[in-house]
Amino acid sequence: MIVAERKPIDEIIGFVQDCKKILLVGCNECVTVCYAGGKKEVGILSSALKMAFSKEGKNLDVKEATLERQCDPEYVQQLSEYYDQYDAIVSMACGVGVQELAMRYLNKQVFPALNTNFMGASQGQGIWEERCQGCGECVLGRTGGICPIARCAKSLLNGPCGGSMNGKCEISKEVDCAWQLIIDRLTGLKQMHMLEEIFPVKDWSPAGHGGPRRMVREDLKS
Amino acid sequence: MKSGSTLERMLESGRFAVCAEAGPPKGSSPKVIQKKGEILKSCSDAVNVTDNQTAIVRASSISGCVLLKELGVEPVLQMVVRDRNRIGLQSDILGAVALGVRNVLCLSGDHQRFGNHPTAKGVYDIDSMQLIQMVKAMRDDHKFLNGEEVSGDIPLFIGAAANPFADPFEFRVTRLAKKVNAGADFIQTQGIFDTPKFVEWMKMVRDRGLHEKTHILAGLIPMKSVGMARYMRNNVPGLSVPKELVDRMADAKDPKEEGVKICLETIEQLKDVEGVHGVHIMAIAWEDIVPRIVEEAGLMPRPVV
Repeated sequence: MIVAERKPIDEIIGFVQDCKKILLVGCNECVTVCYAGGKKEVGILSSALKMAFSKEGKNLDVKEATLERQCDPEYVQQLSEYYDQYDAIVSMACGVGVQELAMRYLNKQVFPALNTNFMGASQGQGIWEERCQGCGECVLGRTGGICPIARCAKSLLNGPCGGSMNGKCEISKEVDCAWQLIIDRLTGLKQMHMLEEIFPVKDWSPAGHGGPRRMVREDLKS
Repeated sequence: MKSGSTLERMLESGRFAVCAEAGPPKGSSPKVIQKKGEILKSCSDAVNVTDNQTAIVRASSISGCVLLKELGVEPVLQMVVRDRNRIGLQSDILGAVALGVRNVLCLSGDHQRFGNHPTAKGVYDIDSMQLIQMVKAMRDDHKFLNGEEVSGDIPLFIGAAANPFADPFEFRVTRLAKKVNAGADFIQTQGIFDTPKFVEWMKMVRDRGLHEKTHILAGLIPMKSVGMARYMRNNVPGLSVPKELVDRMADAKDPKEEGVKICLETIEQLKDVEGVHGVHIMAIAWEDIVPRIVEEAGLMPRPVV
């Protein structure tokens, strides 16, 4: 899922300080699962903003709405009937959702309430770790199902650098060395021969370095 | 001859090579490198110029190499893949050759998080293995990475690093084999303090016949103080300093003397290890000790090849 976390409250207050009425929009997908921008978090942020405004002797009217998906025009459209009554829209979705709102409602300012962090997985209560960088050319078939691009600090493709110690990355004792994990797994699978061959230079253009990415499926186009 | 460099000739003639290291300054004065060059000139065959070592901004490696060449010192251009993509790296290879550089050491580089610009975007377009391959293709096939023709020759003696002390230990020799297959003509190892572990690694290297396909230069870091010993033991990833050596430094009346003694003892042991073709002395901020170490290790005068 896409893992995000809420921005500091002061930053969000800074966006809306001149507003009287805002539309606060959550998303029922990834950000709900990671407790950042679902219906519950919309309620919490709404209360926090109202309290902050009232402390300043101001009033803030907040309309709460949580869409099934902010990354889908079909759901974003649902705000069209009433969005115009508000001074600004604050999105609690990932950066995709924020932009879908911004592109649909051109005459309104749209502010992000979250920082979108990475594509990752839950590793226990309150812990998420990055797993994928969406490089567009999956290497997992050659690396024991563990991604060196997302999980090695240097995105090395040919084994661990000289900073791998006791299973940890040179950047921090909190970070596993992805190559240690890969080697452990391939050793267990008796597939270490896979690492003997030199992994060729990667084409980074599908990873976003070829410009913004777009995918078209002819079979699905209407 | 691939490059005709002094280092290549020294190693190809079967002599025991001595490399040293000179780090460029955090400033624009040429004097820092020139001073180090003068000290290291007569006691080494080639001098590595580091490339923004530990991710701290310093004068470029190429500039340091040129300053050394002007003094008649043979430089080894260090190149890390942290700061430049394939376009920048290939461009610098062409430029370095044009300026007379004949040795290159291909490295990953310390992560930017360690340095003085920890918020920098790391490049890591290609890795050190692929850098070795790329330089080799430029030299041997006159081809850029994209297959286009390189005009002119790229006479470079290609080096790579190996760290026998990092984990996973068993994979370290595989990684070396990959570097040799990629085109590493010589290898400079991480600084050796745990000699028995290095000896064990060298046995694995010989078992795969790698010592006959590349020249291994054993790395040495003379210790100046017990503080340095402790720091390296506790804070430098990929370095293995046994407690016993830290204790020796702590107990010594004259820690600098003890550091020299330890370094000389290590060199003596390394000379007997089959497949070790030289030493690479990294006297960080202590360059003026190198002539004495080389002298007392019985490696002077340096042969002229």
